[in-house]
Amino acid sequence: MTADDVILQVKGLTAGYGAAPVLQEVDLTVRAGTIAAVLGANGAGKTTLLRTLSGLVRPSGGEIVYGGQPLRDVPVEQLVRRGMAHVPEGRGVVAELTVDENLRLGGLWRRDREDAAKALTEVYELFEPLAQRRRSAGHQLSGGERQMLALGRALVARPKLLLLDEPSLGLAPRVIAQIMALLRQLRDSTGLTVLLVEQNVRSALSVADEAVVMSLGRIVTATSADRLRDDEELRHAYLGF
Amino acid sequence: MSEQTITPAAPAAAPAPAPKRSVALPGFLSGSTLLRHLVLAVLAGVLLFLLTQQLDPFRNFQLATVAAYLCATAGLTLLVGMNGQLSLGHGALMAVGAYTVALAQNAFADKGITGNQVLPLSLALGVLVTMAAGAVIGLAAARLRGPYLAGVTLAVAVAVPAATVTFDETFNSEQGLSVAVEPPPLSLGLYFPNERWQAWVALTGALLTMLLLANLVRSRVGRNLRAVRDDEVAARLAGIHVGRTQVLAFVVSAASAGLGGGLMALLAQSVSPGAFSLTLSLFLLMAVVIGGLGSLSGAVWGAVLLVALPDLTHDSAQLVSLSPAVAQRLEGNLPLAVFGLTLIVVMIAAPGGVQGLLRRIGARVRRRAPAR
Amino acid sequence: MDRFVFLTFDGLSKGAVLAAFALALVLIWRAARIVNFAQGAMAVAAAYAGYSVTSATGSYWLGFAAALVGGLLIGVVVERAVMRFVDHSSPLSEVIVALGLVLVVQAVLGMVYGNEFLPAGTPFSRNALSVGDVPLLSRYDLFVFGAVLLVLLGLALLFTRTSVGLRMRASAFAPEVSRLLGVNVGGMLTLGWALASAVGALAALLVIPTELGLHPHAMDLVFVSAFTAAVVGGLDSPPGAVVGGLTVGLILSYVSGYLGSDVTPMAVLVLLLAVLLVRPGGLFSSTVARQA
Repeated sequence: MTADDVILQVKGLTAGYGAAPVLQEVDLTVRAGTIAAVLGANGAGKTTLLRTLSGLVRPSGGEIVYGGQPLRDVPVEQLVRRGMAHVPEGRGVVAELTVDENLRLGGLWRRDREDAAKALTEVYELFEPLAQRRRSAGHQLSGGERQMLALGRALVARPKLLLLDEPSLGLAPRVIAQIMALLRQLRDSTGLTVLLVEQNVRSALSVADEAVVMSLGRIVTATSADRLRDDEELRHAYLGF
Repeated sequence: MSEQTITPAAPAAAPAPAPKRSVALPGFLSGSTLLRHLVLAVLAGVLLFLLTQQLDPFRNFQLATVAAYLCATAGLTLLVGMNGQLSLGHGALMAVGAYTVALAQNAFADKGITGNQVLPLSLALGVLVTMAAGAVIGLAAARLRGPYLAGVTLAVAVAVPAATVTFDETFNSEQGLSVAVEPPPLSLGLYFPNERWQAWVALTGALLTMLLLANLVRSRVGRNLRAVRDDEVAARLAGIHVGRTQVLAFVVSAASAGLGGGLMALLAQSVSPGAFSLTLSLFLLMAVVIGGLGSLSGAVWGAVLLVALPDLTHDSAQLVSLSPAVAQRLEGNLPLAVFGLTLIVVMIAAPGGVQGLLRRIGARVRRRAPAR
Repeated sequence: MDRFVFLTFDGLSKGAVLAAFALALVLIWRAARIVNFAQGAMAVAAAYAGYSVTSATGSYWLGFAAALVGGLLIGVVVERAVMRFVDHSSPLSEVIVALGLVLVVQAVLGMVYGNEFLPAGTPFSRNALSVGDVPLLSRYDLFVFGAVLLVLLGLALLFTRTSVGLRMRASAFAPEVSRLLGVNVGGMLTLGWALASAVGALAALLVIPTELGLHPHAMDLVFVSAFTAAVVGGLDSPPGAVVGGLTVGLILSYVSGYLGSDVTPMAVLVLLLAVLLVRPGGLFSSTVARQA
């Protein structure tokens, strides 16, 4: 593995609210063009990890190197311009805006209006149901449609790194499988890197290349997804099944 | 506003008396809140009595004005600081008290009724009528929150002075009414200074208000007030009737404001809508915020400030020689600007107000003391 | 009957101004969840700036433009220098700070211009044009309608048709998500304050000549009436603010015409209480009423 391959490198990251740190000395390396799954129980610090990476939570220690450059005091709204897209917990669909407005919002920052429009068209091609509901308000969508909208809105920005927080939450198994397949397809066709936070371990491992398991704010193991999936002993020790 | 802003710990109402103090005070005092407050009030009364003997008439009049304001600011502190309800209409409530006292005094004078019982009677009437007004607003307020409540009380502040024009036969429009006030009782001597008498009357009212409010704050009712302020849902779950508590806070607060207004009417010997404008309501709010929300001692600072600051700006404006026209503009407006600016700065930088500042300094001094 | 017709048109003209002022309140409420109690004072300050320019140049329109620009700038300054630093965890702090602003602005205006009523001119005659024998509307009323209509249309276009409008709406509804999508949420908030303050300034410019004149307190009652209008419409809804404004304008015109102008403040209070107690969410609120 060469340094060029690494898109995200996290060293000793500590963050939290007040005296109790939610993240403690987290080390993490994500290679470009891979899907890395972050697994762990509720309250393990997975969401806080993503929020710290995208600048919503200020780290109290450690370093985040993204695309070879340290992210220190980079405002949240600048990160998307550097190719980092974050689909937050609960998907962050703006309920009061229409599907079309939500999607356009994802590309408003782009100078290249032409390519932004092209990206929008591509997203509508990728997600047929959204194209049929352009004028519907966000709050009228089903859970699956919302997840599509959130993903599509992130893709309009043509990101290099996608931070995805629990995409499977509240969705039917069939829809989850579709989304996972889509992630794999995006990785293979566009070289998209995905950092996937999931509680749904089976779905996540079905698509991930690498996996880390978090517990109580620390990373307790980092290995290949295949190994975690196949090694029963390891899985049992860290994931409890 | 952060929790810190409205800590309910007035020195007179600290949850647990500091150990030192309970040693200094005789044992029976630390046991009974009522008794301790009573002793403090009597002590304050004696000190203030001695003070009025020393002050010249002008300073005595100022002291009386502070006392009248204190009634209103203490009531407002109870409402805003301890119950979390914002009122921009306390100037109007003062007007209700003031006009009631004015009408009562004049009616007594017309009927030729004189004597020592007249003054307390009209003040009591003023308090009662303001309580009724406060109950009406409070009933509405209990169903409203935040900016909605602020808007309604703002409308009250604007509407009440205008009502004096609508019912001009009773209230005599913009000119207002003059208030018939008897001279100090003859038993005090023929040449007893009127200002000292005014100071006594107003201070009695203020001390009584503080005593009653301090006890209320320490009682179960006071705890309910704060519980409702901190978390309505939790308070409801704890079996507190939220609406009733809020109305009660408004009524008590209105009663204090009514007494303050009534005392104002006696001091000025006249009432007019101009004296109870929206600006007065804002001044009162400013006074309790700067003094320190949530502590009755803060209300004292606020009341002192209301009298002292215009005086100070007046004096400092006279230091520089200005043309009369400019001086006149400055004199009316400079205190307003200073008040407003202080209000903003305090809200942003020191939400605890003067009392919070003093408490922090006190804590720092106490921490250092053992080291020396 | 003639009087009724006259009062109706007069009420609509007043209502148009109230609608604009209520709209300014709604703009800030949607953007920042703050009821800007300083809006009246800010608008008066802008109107004074316009007065200065008009007195210096002799042109109503230069003063008009100066007041609008002044309104924008005042909005920017208030948001950047004051409101940004207020602790937002309790609505009390915002209201209190806004009231502090009211005191400061009114005091400064009093110091600079004095506390007397200054005459405010109009670009068109305020004499009512008659249809048959019935006096209906003055040219000035028509100007008021036109100006308010223009602003309404402009804002509607801005919010629904432009990307800045989309950014502003997104920032208001979902600030965190908007930041993740690269929207400068802080900038949008400042822009919202600037726009609202300019709309408020326009309302002040339009209403002040029809009242007693320019005075630091000239917008006190207008603010309370416009707040009532905004509450009638539901603080969240711009169309609601317009309907609320016209409604309140009409009611106040009838009250003042048939009962006397000194009854107006009480009528506002009664109206506000009635609406809040009967329909706290307002008559037109699109979303669930939020208790602040």
